[in-house]
Amino acid sequence: MCLGVPMRVVEINGDMAVAEITGVRRSISLQLVEDVQVGDYVIVHAGFAIQVLDEAEAQETIRLLQEFGVQGG
Amino acid sequence: MSGVKFVEEFRDGAIARGLARRIAEVARGLPEVRLMEVCGTHTMAIYRNGIRQLLPENIVLISGPGCPVCVTPNDYIDRAIAFARRPDVTVCTFGDMVRVPGSSSSLELEKSRRADVRVVYSPLDAVEVAVQNPGRKVVFLGVGFETTAPTVAAAIELAAAKGVDNFFVSSAHKVMPPALAALTADARLGLKGFILPAHVSAIIGVVPYQFLAAKHGMAGVIAGFEPLDILQGILMLVEQVAEGRAAIEVQYTRVVREEGNPRALALLERVFQPCDAEWRGLGMIAGSGLAIRAEYAAHQAEANIIVEPEQTVVHPSCRCGEVLRGLLHPRECPLFGTVCTPETPVGACMVSTEGTCAACYKYGAPAEEGSVGG
Amino acid sequence: MDEVIRLAHGSGGQLTHALIREVFLPYFDNPALAALNDSALLQLSGSRTAFTTDAYVVQPIFFPGGDIGRLAISGTVNDLSAQGARPVAISAAFIIEEGLRVAELQQVLASMAAAAREAGVAVVAGDTKVVPAGAADKLFITTAGVGTLLVEQPPTGSGARVGDAVIVTGTIGDHGMAVMAARAGLSLQGALRSDVAPLNHLVEGLFACGVEVHAMRDPTRGGVATTLNEIARASGVEIVIEEERIPVADEVKGACELLGFDPLYVANEGKMIVFVPVAHAERAIACLHSHALGRQAAIIGKVAKESKGRVLLRTAIGGHRILDMLVGEQLPRIC
Repeated sequence: MCLGVPMRVVEINGDMAVAEITGVRRSISLQLVEDVQVGDYVIVHAGFAIQVLDEAEAQETIRLLQEFGVQGG
Repeated sequence: MSGVKFVEEFRDGAIARGLARRIAEVARGLPEVRLMEVCGTHTMAIYRNGIRQLLPENIVLISGPGCPVCVTPNDYIDRAIAFARRPDVTVCTFGDMVRVPGSSSSLELEKSRRADVRVVYSPLDAVEVAVQNPGRKVVFLGVGFETTAPTVAAAIELAAAKGVDNFFVSSAHKVMPPALAALTADARLGLKGFILPAHVSAIIGVVPYQFLAAKHGMAGVIAGFEPLDILQGILMLVEQVAEGRAAIEVQYTRVVREEGNPRALALLERVFQPCDAEWRGLGMIAGSGLAIRAEYAAHQAEANIIVEPEQTVVHPSCRCGEVLRGLLHPRECPLFGTVCTPETPVGACMVSTEGTCAACYKYGAPAEEGSVGG
Repeated sequence: MDEVIRLAHGSGGQLTHALIREVFLPYFDNPALAALNDSALLQLSGSRTAFTTDAYVVQPIFFPGGDIGRLAISGTVNDLSAQGARPVAISAAFIIEEGLRVAELQQVLASMAAAAREAGVAVVAGDTKVVPAGAADKLFITTAGVGTLLVEQPPTGSGARVGDAVIVTGTIGDHGMAVMAARAGLSLQGALRSDVAPLNHLVEGLFACGVEVHAMRDPTRGGVATTLNEIARASGVEIVIEEERIPVADEVKGACELLGFDPLYVANEGKMIVFVPVAHAERAIACLHSHALGRQAAIIGKVAKESKGRVLLRTAIGGHRILDMLVGEQLPRIC
């Protein structure tokens, strides 16, 4: 289960933040995560950031995946 | 249109075809490899993207019990309906629960009979409803796994801290690892491995799954929910099987850490304690539920709002139980598509958007795979 | 004029007359209406006539990109256009909940008038009723519209043929997500805007370009998926849609991800689904692209074969699945 979408944090006010996905904004709670900075991507579930997305890991996964696209196209 | 970042990169057709070719290469010559996706969101994504059609015949995906709405037993739904029928109660719920049939009604039906039932996006929105309506008792239906439970715990802590004494939670939260243990013990399934949940694992991390590999020789890969995530996860599982290995690996490295989310786990620990819980289809599983701790008893719905739910009745031919254990393909249920449809669901697997039967009914491919039971 | 509508404004007496003369007439002044007779008289002799009716109950009545007034005109015009008709006249009845602010009513009427001007259609007859608080939600509007057919062979929902190309005239899901975002409780802010617009000029452009249109329908409630199913069933054909070709605005994609919605099931109020012979498809697209409301028109699929009527979607990763009608209303979900 558990839909979660990557949203970019654009504003932080204490435990709450404004997060954005493709121009749509919503207030979310940061209570469940640590050390979030403006500009970070977080996974949002039921109005809470439940984890910080690791951009370097994401790029590494994308790079690995792209090799499968290249082989034989 | 540049797309949704960190989502659409994982939906590329050419890469998907490349991954499918690689899976077929690795799987060539292997006997049937039966893999279970335990998470309902995976089930939905697999149907929605047509992933089965990209896989070789000897890779069989079986849908497991990972839809929290589906595994919530009927008596919980009946109790939620009983709450809604009280004139002094407002029931707040995620949209997923609204159409789930109880013994003789549903929250949607009660709403049309003027019950105050509200769909919220976040448990915090339900606390806000309680603040705005001090004269009413606001009951939030706490349904979900480890992903959702911390958000509900946070709402309970907030209500306690702010003295919002008209906010109550009816907790049917469940945790995943004991259910996986129960499934692994069922030899009829003949499983080789698990596609493990993405966002449950964002909270609990990798360690709670280690017993699957260490004790039971099961392969396990924590995979994300996008189609390329799932295909890569399947490839990693098939590689393990081909090499005769069994380990818990992470495909969804951009979100899942070894230790999970310590803050969320600490919050869960403060507000909830483990309890035995009934799973539709799997029966009672020891230590698989989350009950609200005594410190927060003032926010426990059942203890503070006394209702008498109707006698719970289950349709005698409903086979959700076997579907949830992966023993029966939805199409093998005698009610599927005739008596039980998304318009008139009999069992929860049909009503929940991520239920196996609903996914199969809605997205079933033209020449859909037949039985998975055989 | 008072500031809010009271039950007395619906009594039929002085206050009702004041409401009509001071609030309604200034927006829709035309000879047929100004006569304030029981019926409007229209000149329709000799032409085949299309006639439609619709009711509008959107909540909230104002949303990003439009309001219930623009919706009422556009919806009526688009129903006529989908049938190959040029809208001639519209009637509108207003069911007003007591307590509605007159300023809000005027804002709706101004927007209706603007949409009617855009479409080149007159509002020639009307009615108002005021109901007690709670008996309606601010404002309901029902309309009727008449139009004259522009083509010999008007498109119909049952007219799709094997070999037809399936065209959508722009991005999908904009209206439904804008309304959803504007609802209290979801607290979504941002770029979502309804696409609500009268499409008669866009459609007439297609005919003017000489495109043969077999079937056409505006995919409102239930979204593109539901409309395609209606056409597939009525025409007895199998439609195959390519997921990757369906235009969806980024903000709609994002909002759908967030709430667990599928844009194929989200309402549109300024789009048409058009079935044309494949030989006319490129011309149709060029013609649509030349119009402001059709810049993002795209060919999204084709009619593959005769069948009992179903829709298949080829997914972005190369799988396929059945695209069924919407069942119930989509609800925000977390799993």
